[in-house]
Amino acid sequence: MDDQGKAYWSATLGLLGKILAIWFVCSFLAGILFAPALNGISLGGYPLGFWFAHQGSIYIFIALIFYYAKAMGDLDRKFDVHEE
Amino acid sequence: MDLQTITYLVVGASFALYIGIAIWARAGSTSEFYAAGGSVHPITNGMATAADWMSAASFISMAGLIANMGYGGGLFLMGWTGGYVLLAMLLAPYLRKFGKFTVPQFIGDRFYSQTASTVAVVCLLVASITYIIGQMTGVGVAFSRFLGVSSEMGIYIGMGIVFAYAVFGGMKGITYTQVAQYIVLILAYTVPAVFISLQLTGNPIPQLGLGASISGTDISLLTKLDQVVTDLGFNQYTTSVPGSTLNMFVYTMSLMIGTAGLPHVIMRFFTVAKVSDARSSAGWALIFIALLYTTAPAVAAMAKMNLHATVNTAVGLETAADGSMKVNPEVIKANADVYAPEASLVYEQRPEWMKRWEKTGLLKFEDKNGDGRIQYYNDKTKNDAAKAKAEAAGWKGNELTVNADIIVLANPEIALLPNWVIALVAAGGLAAALSTAAGLLMAISAAVSHDLVKGVFMPNISEQGELRAGKISMAVAIVIAGYLGLNPPGFAAGTVALAFGIAASSLFPAIMMGIFSKKMNKEGAIAGMLAGLAFTLIYVFAHKGIFFIKGTEFVDMIGGPNSFFGITPEAIGAIGALVNFLVAFIVDKMTKEPPEHIQAMVENVRIPRGAKAVDGAH
Repeated sequence: MDDQGKAYWSATLGLLGKILAIWFVCSFLAGILFAPALNGISLGGYPLGFWFAHQGSIYIFIALIFYYAKAMGDLDRKFDVHEE
Repeated sequence: MDLQTITYLVVGASFALYIGIAIWARAGSTSEFYAAGGSVHPITNGMATAADWMSAASFISMAGLIANMGYGGGLFLMGWTGGYVLLAMLLAPYLRKFGKFTVPQFIGDRFYSQTASTVAVVCLLVASITYIIGQMTGVGVAFSRFLGVSSEMGIYIGMGIVFAYAVFGGMKGITYTQVAQYIVLILAYTVPAVFISLQLTGNPIPQLGLGASISGTDISLLTKLDQVVTDLGFNQYTTSVPGSTLNMFVYTMSLMIGTAGLPHVIMRFFTVAKVSDARSSAGWALIFIALLYTTAPAVAAMAKMNLHATVNTAVGLETAADGSMKVNPEVIKANADVYAPEASLVYEQRPEWMKRWEKTGLLKFEDKNGDGRIQYYNDKTKNDAAKAKAEAAGWKGNELTVNADIIVLANPEIALLPNWVIALVAAGGLAAALSTAAGLLMAISAAVSHDLVKGVFMPNISEQGELRAGKISMAVAIVIAGYLGLNPPGFAAGTVALAFGIAASSLFPAIMMGIFSKKMNKEGAIAGMLAGLAFTLIYVFAHKGIFFIKGTEFVDMIGGPNSFFGITPEAIGAIGALVNFLVAFIVDKMTKEPPEHIQAMVENVRIPRGAKAVDGAH
């Protein structure tokens, strides 16, 4: 793989790392491990930890995928590896 | 018109629609049969993926399990949606670039080994058949209620219909049929939820209704539900975790990586035109899935509330003059005594829906204290106050058993909604079960006919022969799954969770390493898949019986139930995946690197440019 290819791949991995970090925080941390603590805060009639587990994580997942698709499209063009 | 007639009409009309579309788009060559020629728009594909994905487990079973489990049921909600993030980022675009039809084909080519491909076929078959057992359980529930027969009879009828349905069209038929099925199932799921949310909270959007106050009061729905269920000795709804927090963590992880490793979902991403479409397709699919998944917790909590209110008038809901259910704010605010003698419903005055479900054997009443009233509470409670009150009231044990899998189908009946809504839900449940069973059977048929028969045993088989082998394998899979579905290893969603664990521990790590680890060789991948699969299956079979056959459990040999840090068999897949990765890396370090051209191929898969249409050749 040439340098350009290496740089593209490491930029891709960097992006994946960032997104996976958010994915982990909203579901496994906010929705599970810290849910009991977050339940002290309420969001409308929802305890916050319960909301993350039953609603919030799902909305965040959707946002993450579309952000990823857009950011990858930008990377493809920047490194000139996009589809014709 | 009576309920039975309307149900036949609505279910019949929905079937006519699917069959019509299947005929209109009937598949010709093998390439069309499996992948619709690689020409499906991301939004269409997203909708079809959503229908394919949301099975009897999501539609029929999940909200019922959440109603039972409370907060902890969120593991299904997060697990079955979070996997799409992994799928979109780690697998879909790269597999699309690779440009073959099936998962075993990718594994076989990437690990330059027929053995690797055959091991992948075995993993795929075990996961898919387990998944179909769960579907059959769901189909049995839906048909038994719909036709007023026992749930066993429901499964036999379901087997016949699933077979006719799957053999009829190919993926192209299925892609457009599934768009129609998605529309039917999402309407069927959300319409009753909107009605019920309006009845209870005055807010038409269930996602907001769940967080709102009960009509005419300033008490939030969840607070009231927490209070009612704790009074009756159940765990608090918004905080109860079944098993341990560790188990919930691992269970969620297992469902997420299983989602990304399930062949019938991955196959969907071979059918989009471009690599960039594969990325956004997963997002569209998740939007369509989220419509149901964010409604499900509202359905769960509200159905639980309505069910308790039906059998206990002290909860504070009552039947209005027009026969619908309505809130009585005074009773809600007063926190009336649920143990008062007149609060329990007199059995002879039970609503019609209870009689209908009693026929299926999935709802049972046993008058333990002989007072002719239904006492529905947790008689095994650890809450001493609740226990003392129940004893003082002369209650001799819980008298009502409600199978969790009936909650969603019974939900509109419990809330006394109009008949057409009840009929719509029956059609939606069948759509969900059929679409997923069909998608899974496609994956099974592709793996057997394409990867096993053509790839290993008879490379010169004709296209005709390949199609026939595919159809025979579908028939065999249905018979096995139907037979095991008669004595299912658990509720539909629980059985399906086992399938996810199997996919998570075997296929996902192999595919991911194939893309992200250029140096991973065939020895490592094969050893990893076998180790992950064996570890998971031994743990699952120890609890559920060998191949899920009752009486062959060997749980004592592994040190008792949930002996691995309290982790349940449904959740073990994530640990299996870890075993897979570890074994693969150790074996990889001890054996020689993959050849140069394979490493070049991996580099090529990583960049989008040069993606070609899918081709089925080996």
